[in-house]
Amino acid sequence: MILGHLAVLSIVFFFFGAVIIPLVSRLGTWVPHAVAVATSAIVFVINATNLGYVLSQGTIRYAVGGWQPPIGIELVLDPLSSFFVLLLGGIAVVVLWHSRYPAAAELPGRTAPFYSATLLMLGAFSGIVLTGDLFNLYVFLEIAALAGYALLGGGSARAAVATFRYLIFGTIGASFYLLGVGLIYMGTGTLNMADLSAIMAVTGVEPLLVIGFVFIITGVGLKMALFPLHLWLPDVYASAVSSGTALVAPLGTKVAAYILIRILYFVLNPDLSRFQLPFTQVLGILGAAGIIWGSIMAIAQKDMKRMLAYSSVAQIGYIALGIGLGNTYGFIGAVLHTLNHACMKACLFLVSGNLLAAGRSQSIDALDHSLRKSMPWTSLSFTIAALSMIGLPPTAGFFSKWYLLLGSIENSAWIYVLVIVASSLLNAVYFFRVIERLYLPRGDVAAEEAPVVVADNRPSLVAPVVFLALLLVVLGLGNVIVVRQLIQPMLPAGF
Amino acid sequence: MIPDESAGSSLIVRVTCRIVARLIQIFALYVIFHGHYSPGGGFQGGALLATAIILLRLGEGLRRSRREFNPEWAMPLGAVGVLIYAGVGMADLLAGGNFLQYEYTPLPEMNAAQMHYWGILIVEIGVGLAVMSVLVAIFDRLLEGQNDD
Amino acid sequence: MIELIDDYYAYWFCFLLLTIGLYGVIVKRNLVKKVIGLSIFQSAIILFFIIAAYKDDSTVPILDPRIEVTNADAYINPLPHTLMLTAIVVGVATLGVAFALLIRIYGKYATLDEDTLMERMK
Repeated sequence: MILGHLAVLSIVFFFFGAVIIPLVSRLGTWVPHAVAVATSAIVFVINATNLGYVLSQGTIRYAVGGWQPPIGIELVLDPLSSFFVLLLGGIAVVVLWHSRYPAAAELPGRTAPFYSATLLMLGAFSGIVLTGDLFNLYVFLEIAALAGYALLGGGSARAAVATFRYLIFGTIGASFYLLGVGLIYMGTGTLNMADLSAIMAVTGVEPLLVIGFVFIITGVGLKMALFPLHLWLPDVYASAVSSGTALVAPLGTKVAAYILIRILYFVLNPDLSRFQLPFTQVLGILGAAGIIWGSIMAIAQKDMKRMLAYSSVAQIGYIALGIGLGNTYGFIGAVLHTLNHACMKACLFLVSGNLLAAGRSQSIDALDHSLRKSMPWTSLSFTIAALSMIGLPPTAGFFSKWYLLLGSIENSAWIYVLVIVASSLLNAVYFFRVIERLYLPRGDVAAEEAPVVVADNRPSLVAPVVFLALLLVVLGLGNVIVVRQLIQPMLPAGF
Repeated sequence: MIPDESAGSSLIVRVTCRIVARLIQIFALYVIFHGHYSPGGGFQGGALLATAIILLRLGEGLRRSRREFNPEWAMPLGAVGVLIYAGVGMADLLAGGNFLQYEYTPLPEMNAAQMHYWGILIVEIGVGLAVMSVLVAIFDRLLEGQNDD
Repeated sequence: MIELIDDYYAYWFCFLLLTIGLYGVIVKRNLVKKVIGLSIFQSAIILFFIIAAYKDDSTVPILDPRIEVTNADAYINPLPHTLMLTAIVVGVATLGVAFALLIRIYGKYATLDEDTLMERMK
C-alpha cells in the first residue's frame, strides 16, 4: 500500500520542488539548480521502485482523496505508465544535471523561474502519464503546456515569437481535447478511463463517441506534432534556451504519444480502433508522411538546432507509424523508439548546448574539425547518437527501426518498409554532413597547426552527454532484455 | 489616470477606490469561506481579492498601495498558497489515508463530515492566496516599465 | 429540420462561437486579436459543457429544502460546471502567458502585426 502512495508522490514531489524554489532562491544562485536536480533524482528513485513493484505484483490503482472511481480520480500504475514515468524521471535528472552552466549563461539572473517552470512541467508530465481520468489528463496537459511556454519562451525575443505560435496551436489542441472529453461525457456519463472502456464494451460505439474520440486524437496529435500539425515545432526548438529544448524535445511529444497509445489501445477496444474505425490507418499514413517530410526538411537546414527539430518531426512519425501498424511488432517498435528517441534527442540537444557553451555558433557551416580535438567527448557522443538516429547496429536506434520493419512486413505494408528504409538513408545524409565536418580536415593546414584549447573540461557538461551516448549502446545491446522485461508486459489485450 | 503633483489620481477616485476595495475584500472573504457550500470557492475569492488590490494600485498608484501589498511578496506568497494545498494533501497521506483524503487530516477530534469541511476550507484558503498573489504579480509585472503612477 | 434548429438552438450558438473564435485565430493578423479569438474559442467550449449539463424543469444544484434529498433529477448536473471552473482558470492562465509573450515581442520588435513581425524578424 505504501507503494501506491509512491505513485502520487512522484507527481507531488515535482510540484513541491517547483514551489520551494521561489522561496529558497534567495539563499544563493546555485540553489534552484540543486533543488531541481535533487527533486528529479528523488522522483527517479521513486519511479524505479514503482516499476519494479508493478512488474512483479501487477497494476496498482490509487484513488486520490479516498474517493473510489468512477466518482473519484484514480492514478493507474501499470507497466505502460510506469515505463513512461521512469523515462521522464531519468531524462529529467540527466538534462537538469547538465543544465547548470547553459542555463546560467543563457538566462542570467533568471534561473529560479526557469527551474521552477521545469519542475512544474515535469510534474505535469508525470501526472499525464499516471492519471486514469480523462479530465484530470486535460488539467495536467494544460499545466504542462503552460509551464512549457514559460520554459521555452523565456529566452530571446525570437523564442517569444515561436512560443506564441506554439501557444496558439497548443491551446487549440488542448481545447479540441476538452471538446472531445465533453462529447464522451455526454455520451457515456463517465470520465474514468477504465469505466469508459467497460461501458463501451457493453453499449458499443455510437457516432457521438466516435466524434469525441476524433476530437481527442486531433488535439493530442497537435501536441505530438503529428505530420500536418507539426508547424509549431521547428521554430520553438530552434530558438529556445538549449536546456529548455533538451527537456521538452525528448519528453513533450512522447507524453502525447503515450496519450494516443492509452486512448487507442486501452480505452478503446484494440479491435475497434484497428479494424472497425480507421484511426490506426490514418495514424500510420500521417506518421509515414511525417517521416519523409521531416527527413527532407532536415537536410535543407543550416542551423544545427533546426535540423534536429525537423529530425524530431521525423522520429515522431516513426512512433506514430508504430502505433498505427496495430500489431505486436509495431507496438513494441513504437514504445522502444520512444525510449531510444528520448535518449538520442536529449544527447543531441545537450551536445548543441555544449557547443553554445563553448562559444561556437549553431550554424553547421561553422563547425570545423578542430572540435575533434577541443571537444573530444562531445564529438564522440554526437557521433554515437547520430549513428543511433540513422539506425546502425549495435546502437539502440537500429533495433526500434527493426521492430517497425518487422511490423510493416507482417502487415504487408510495403510502402511503410520503403519509407523506413528511405528515411534512414535521408537521416544518414544530414547526420553525416555534420560528422564529416567534425572529423575530416578541410584542407586548411594552418588551422590544424593552431593550438587547441580543450573546452570539454566541465564534468557537468560532458558527463551527461557521454552517459547518454553510452546508454544508447547499452540499450542497443540489451534491447532483448528491454523488450522482454519491460515492453511485453504492457501489450494490450488481443496482441 | 490624471497625473498631478500629489502623485496619484484625483481625490474622488482615490477615496472611492479605497472604500470600494474594502467592500470587495469583505465580499471576497465571504466567497472563499462559503465555497464548499454555495457558489464560490478559492479561485473566485482569490480573483476578487486580486481585484481589490489592483483597484488600489490603479487608484492610488504603486507607491502608496505598496504598503498594502508589496510586489516582491507576490511570488513567494503564491508559493506558500500552493504549499498549503499540497501540505494538507501530504498531511492526509502521512496520517494514514490517501492523498487529500480529508477524513485523515490531523486536526482535533471531529467527525468525518467536519473533517471534510475543515480540510476543504484550508485548501480553499491556500488556493485563494495563490490565485491572489499570482494575479497581482501578473498585473505588477505587466506595468513594470511604466511610470510609477 | 426545424426541430433540429429549434430544440438545439443553444448548441448552434455554441458552434457559432467556436467558428468565430477559430476565424479570429486563423484570419486576423494582429496578434492580440488572435489571442482574443482564442479566448472566444475557449469560452465556446465552456458554454458547450454548461449547455450539456442543463435539464428542463430543474433548478440550480444547491440543496433546496423543498425538494426531497433523494430526488436528484430536480437538479441540473453540477459536474460539468465544476469541470468548467478548472477550464476557466486554465483559460485565464493561458491569456496571462500569451500577453506576457506579446509584451516581450512588442518590446523587441515594436509591432503586433503578424506580417510586419515576419519582416522585422529577418
